[in-house]
Amino acid sequence: MLEKFRDTQFYKSIFRGGGVPKSRRQRMMVVLNSVFLHLHPVRLPKHAVKLKFTWCMGGLTFFLFLIETISGILLMFYYRPTIEYAYTDIIDLAEQVPFGIMREIHRWGAHAMVITVWLHMFRVFMTGSYKPPREFNWAVGVILLLLTLLLSFTGYLLPWDQLAIWAITVGSNMARATPFFGYEGPGASLLAIGDINFITMASDARFALIGGRFMGEAALLRFYVLHCIGLPFIIMIFMAIHFWRIRKDGGISTPV
Amino acid sequence: MEGFKNLINTIASPTILFTATMVLFFFIFPLNDWFDKWNRRLKLHLLWTKKAMIIAALLMAGFFLFGLSDPDFRSIVLKPDNVPISGLIFLVYFFTWLSMHQAYQNDERLENGEKVDEHYDAPNDKALVWPDLVYVEFIALILCSAFLLVWSIGLQAPIEEPANPTESPNPAKAPWYFLGLQEMLVYFDPWMAGVVLPSLIIIGLIAIPYIDRDPGGSGYYSYKNRKLSIALFMFGWLVLWDMLIIVGTFLRGPNWNFFGPFEYWDIHKLEALTNINFSEYIYVKWFNTGMPNNILIREIWGILVLLGYFLILPPLLAKTWMKDLFARLGSFRYSVFIVLILIALTLPIKMYLRWMFNLKYIIAIPEYFFNF
Ligand code: HEM
Repeated sequence: MLEKFRDTQFYKSIFRGGGVPKSRRQRMMVVLNSVFLHLHPVRLPKHAVKLKFTWCMGGLTFFLFLIETISGILLMFYYRPTIEYAYTDIIDLAEQVPFGIMREIHRWGAHAMVITVWLHMFRVFMTGSYKPPREFNWAVGVILLLLTLLLSFTGYLLPWDQLAIWAITVGSNMARATPFFGYEGPGASLLAIGDINFITMASDARFALIGGRFMGEAALLRFYVLHCIGLPFIIMIFMAIHFWRIRKDGGISTPV
Repeated sequence: MEGFKNLINTIASPTILFTATMVLFFFIFPLNDWFDKWNRRLKLHLLWTKKAMIIAALLMAGFFLFGLSDPDFRSIVLKPDNVPISGLIFLVYFFTWLSMHQAYQNDERLENGEKVDEHYDAPNDKALVWPDLVYVEFIALILCSAFLLVWSIGLQAPIEEPANPTESPNPAKAPWYFLGLQEMLVYFDPWMAGVVLPSLIIIGLIAIPYIDRDPGGSGYYSYKNRKLSIALFMFGWLVLWDMLIIVGTFLRGPNWNFFGPFEYWDIHKLEALTNINFSEYIYVKWFNTGMPNNILIREIWGILVLLGYFLILPPLLAKTWMKDLFARLGSFRYSVFIVLILIALTLPIKMYLRWMFNLKYIIAIPEYFFNF
């Protein structure tokens, strides 16, 4: 039955080649013919498919990112980033929306993604896979790590409850101590002409981050835009570079 | 029972926990041949056997289960946003074990003149992505989804009272993955803990492949030939990052005071500590003169100490203890390496200065927000 279906015009039009991939050549063609599988090479060293080598951590990180994207889009249907609505929308999400675990998936998925990125980095370190020719991809990875943390951090504010704003307050208060660019940072008073300070409470790094002198409407909007559009956009670009470079650097590292 | 809990509360205090870790760490993850010798002599390498893993996992699980019978332990561990960190403890342990287990096995193989497990005979040892890899990925994907689904059904995402900018909770904690940084705030001002150190972590990570360029040990787990790199990385990752997160999450309560895992978070717990600056030590305690008015004169001692630390120590080490390393890295790479390491070490150093002498800042220029 399934085999017959695989020989229909319909199936063949979707999966080029059709039929059950049996021969070595056909199996290779499966990968070459698919836009998704094509992220992979066709063949790879034996140890690279073993779970105990990569722990699949990079792959899981990417998978969790996809889950975050999908569940995040669903959350955006219900959530309005204003002080008036943000909190109640989150409450409604749990109480009114059928099968309301989207928020749980999104939140726990985010925590899990932070952990998997760390473990992925740890695995790459322990197998020495950052060594030439993969130095640059390691650097791209570090940027991905940073972006993952920032995505998580910006999302933390959105429920607009006590947990959210105070966690972000603790975090963003650090920005006002940025050397030179924070108004309580060392050297900020050097950026002045005569009596005119350039770095004030209303023009420093923290102000840029939260869009005001206090945690409020502007901070919520900024974090929302960064969380839903800005950072995902940037992280996707870096992921593309990351995946491209894995292939170009010769695939999963092997002993020389 | 109470005795055991009190014992744990005591051991968990930063001074004891951190000191024990510092003493043991480089014997467990040998930094050089000397430590390696002792590692073997003390039989610490047995930590990476399967048996040790099972025992350790059982002990950890047992401790958690036992802890859950205690209301104070329960209230902090079961806080929804803290659950991932309990998971993190187990995962970090398991994957540390897994990598060290394979590394030591490979080391042994190499010693016996055999090939490492990952040895690969191009192009014969190739597997096909379809179906071999896709199959593994598919299973990983299903397991991950199932796990996430169960977690999401079982544990509700936290939502507290609506935001109120005038009423700050005590303690106010950053998201858990930044708690290592918040913990550093105890010892450093925000410009260091919140800005400079995180930036240096990023820069330092990026710098790793440009400093450790030894092409050996790439593409397989190993330890013996990469002792220095792995031991240092482990120290940063396990002690300065993960351990501080765990301390910040589980052991810091109101007013950022320390609380043992079985201790009630009492808002009124007092830690009467007056911390003293280095300059105050010098002028008030030793010279008995009172503080000079000129900032530069006041802080010159701290500045000298730091200059010595960052400018004199590196060449000194290059001539003595790190001679080989210096020869291998060359002066530029060596300088970057040693400065990054010295900066990372300021954290444990400041911890001990605080604990032993109540030292607040080595250089204190609050006039310009420059305290170190
Ligand atoms: C959003 C975050 C990230 C994603 C989605 C991602 C994804 C991946 C994937 C799928 C692989 C293939 C092999 C594997 O699964 O281990 C990989 C390899 C690699 N990743 Fe990442 N990664 C991320 C972050 C990082 C970080 C934080 C680092 C290091 C700081 C890093 C460095 C590398 C390197 C050097 C390789 C090549 C490993 C080898 O050849 O053995 N990546 N990454």
